[in-house]
Amino acid sequence: MRIVVLIKPVPDPASAGERLGPDGRLDRAAVPAVVNGNDEYALEAALKLVALAPEGSDVTLLSMAPASAPETLRKALAMGATRGVLVTDPALAGADAVSTARVLAAALRELEFDLALAGVDTSDGVGGTVSAAVAAHLGLPFLSYAARIEPDEAAKAVRVRRISPTGYDLLEAPMPALISCTQALGEPRYPSLKGIMAARSKEIVSRSLADLGIDQATVGGAVATTAVLGTRTPPARGATEIVRGTPAEGASRIVELLAARRLI
Amino acid sequence: MGALWVVGEPGPEHGLARISTEIATLVRDLAASSGRDVVGIVVAADPGEPAAELARYLPVVFAIQDEAADALAWSSVAAAHVAALATADAPDLILAGAGPDGRDLAGALSAQTGLGVLTNATGVAWADGGPTVEMSVFGGKLVTTSGFTANRGIVTVRPNVATATPAASPGRIEPRTVGGPTLPAVRVVERVSEAGTAAPIEEAKIIVAGGRGVGGPGGFDLVEQLAGSLGGAVGATRAAVDSGWIPYSQQIGQTGKIVKPELYLALGISGAIQHKVGMQTAGTIVAVNRDPDAPIADFADLLVVGDLFEVGAALLEQLRGRSG
Ligand SMILES: Cc1cc2nc3c(=O)[nH]c(=O)nc-3n(C[C@H](O)[C@H](O)[C@H](O)COP(=O)(O)OP(=O)(O)OC[C@H]3O[C@@H](n4cnc5c(N)ncnc54)[C@H](O)[C@@H]3O)c2cc1C
Ligand SMILES: Nc1ncnc2c1ncn2[C@@H]1O[C@H](COP(=O)(O)O)[C@@H](O)[C@H]1O
Repeated sequence: MRIVVLIKPVPDPASAGERLGPDGRLDRAAVPAVVNGNDEYALEAALKLVALAPEGSDVTLLSMAPASAPETLRKALAMGATRGVLVTDPALAGADAVSTARVLAAALRELEFDLALAGVDTSDGVGGTVSAAVAAHLGLPFLSYAARIEPDEAAKAVRVRRISPTGYDLLEAPMPALISCTQALGEPRYPSLKGIMAARSKEIVSRSLADLGIDQATVGGAVATTAVLGTRTPPARGATEIVRGTPAEGASRIVELLAARRLI
Repeated sequence: MGALWVVGEPGPEHGLARISTEIATLVRDLAASSGRDVVGIVVAADPGEPAAELARYLPVVFAIQDEAADALAWSSVAAAHVAALATADAPDLILAGAGPDGRDLAGALSAQTGLGVLTNATGVAWADGGPTVEMSVFGGKLVTTSGFTANRGIVTVRPNVATATPAASPGRIEPRTVGGPTLPAVRVVERVSEAGTAAPIEEAKIIVAGGRGVGGPGGFDLVEQLAGSLGGAVGATRAAVDSGWIPYSQQIGQTGKIVKPELYLALGISGAIQHKVGMQTAGTIVAVNRDPDAPIADFADLLVVGDLFEVGAALLEQLRGRSG
């Protein structure tokens, strides 16, 4: 089984320091980058799948990111991925979802895989549309919101449990296919010391737009379909009222507040 | 001048998703400010009921009948029809919900049409010849207003942005057929309902959420009783979900759902940043926690310091007393 995992480096949400630069784009220098949370679930799912049939199997990370991204990719390599492909090009600064999907699709076209896995969304953009767009560009079956992934290599097909409002839908499609992944697939592993050591010598291939045969003028900030027009800081929440006392007193205060705000 | 389209998404019992009625309500206001027509689009194996429901909100609904919309994953089937229709009719704005179906649709539609996407709108307005979209970013720290450079595009809209209100009189339904490229088929083998699936949290006006402090699956009984008494849904932290006390569908936060209820009652929840980003725009936040220094003390409106079982039981009693 050959799997490609789409990994996006994002500003660490736990740092709480994300901000926009003067150009209205995310200021990536302001905050340390980490692997997007949902992409770690995708990677964990990939590592479990290849462990079932290691022969001829591998996991390739694919990322479109600034040239500093290898640092972030190393952590994902340390979890056990085989290699990384980093698409990086100055012209990609300010790329929107349309460009991102086109570029990732072009990079995937060069790779051989049975499954491509992505996260359902990202903590910086929270768009949640890139994976469906990549699948559409490539004419790949798209199975989304996966809580379980069951490939059948002999039949060259994959079954996915897609989370639904009342349970799940069992989906099936031929491979190769693209799957978007949720936390329900299982907790990502921590890199082992051995994994961290091994990751240092793993290959990260850099690809430019020219390598992918994409004209610089057709992607990136210059042709972005969307633009930030303005920002505002939402009004701060009021001060917190802290109540200590008996449980009944605490409960009464809650009831009073809810009644005053017409919530009950 | 292109129209404004609302794509109706599938809801329970072969009906229409509630989010689509909210977006339809929102877009009626845009029709006035933009001077454009608004159109609903339903793609379904049997579009009768969802199209009629959407037509309660909009003057015109295009109904596209396709068996595949039920037998195959809906978004790929719907995206192909809407893309073909969009190529012919060139709408200025296509709206869908910011949930799984709407996002999957928007992504595929964007690839097929080349239109840009603005996601998770908390407000949509019209200015200088095009739509402008408000979004809450960086876990609610900042609100951005964005537009499309070509003044046309696709927008996904969060739940509870508008209150669904039917139009004064129902609109007409026009059956449509469009030919165009299809997307690869993803077969729906079966749809499985899981016992005990709780009410969806994205649309709930009141959420009572439990965290690690609830202590076990049994602890969620109290959370559920309070939710029932307040007419709300049950939410949870990842710690509670990872412990297997409640399904992932109820998780709120960075890798769960982002919610904006009028009331968020947090029981035994510390308020870690990954949880906070999913709920901090709630109207009123009330927390019960025995630790007065838990991070949630920094962003709750009211923190009751105490044992959640004791305070919860007292609250339940007082709420029942009021309604009784
Ligand atoms: C990539 C990533 C993604 C994540 N995504 C999410 C997400 O989507 N959603 C999410 O919630 N978390 C997420 N997390 C986890 C997050 O960091 C926290 O670990 C989690 O939110 C903590 O849950 P909790 O508040 O229930 O538990 P704790 O932090 O353990 O807090 C329990 C609280 O209960 C109180 N308590 C205990 N017993 C009682 C009692 N009897 N009465 C009153 N109070 C009591 C304690 O004082 C404490 O404050 C994510 C983490 C990572 C790394
Ligand atoms: N620049 C990128 N590089 C690699 N993968 C990406 C990139 N952007 C998005 N993705 C993938 O697409 C998923 C959804 O992203 P988004 O639609 O931007 O929220 C992510 O979880 C990633 O798996």
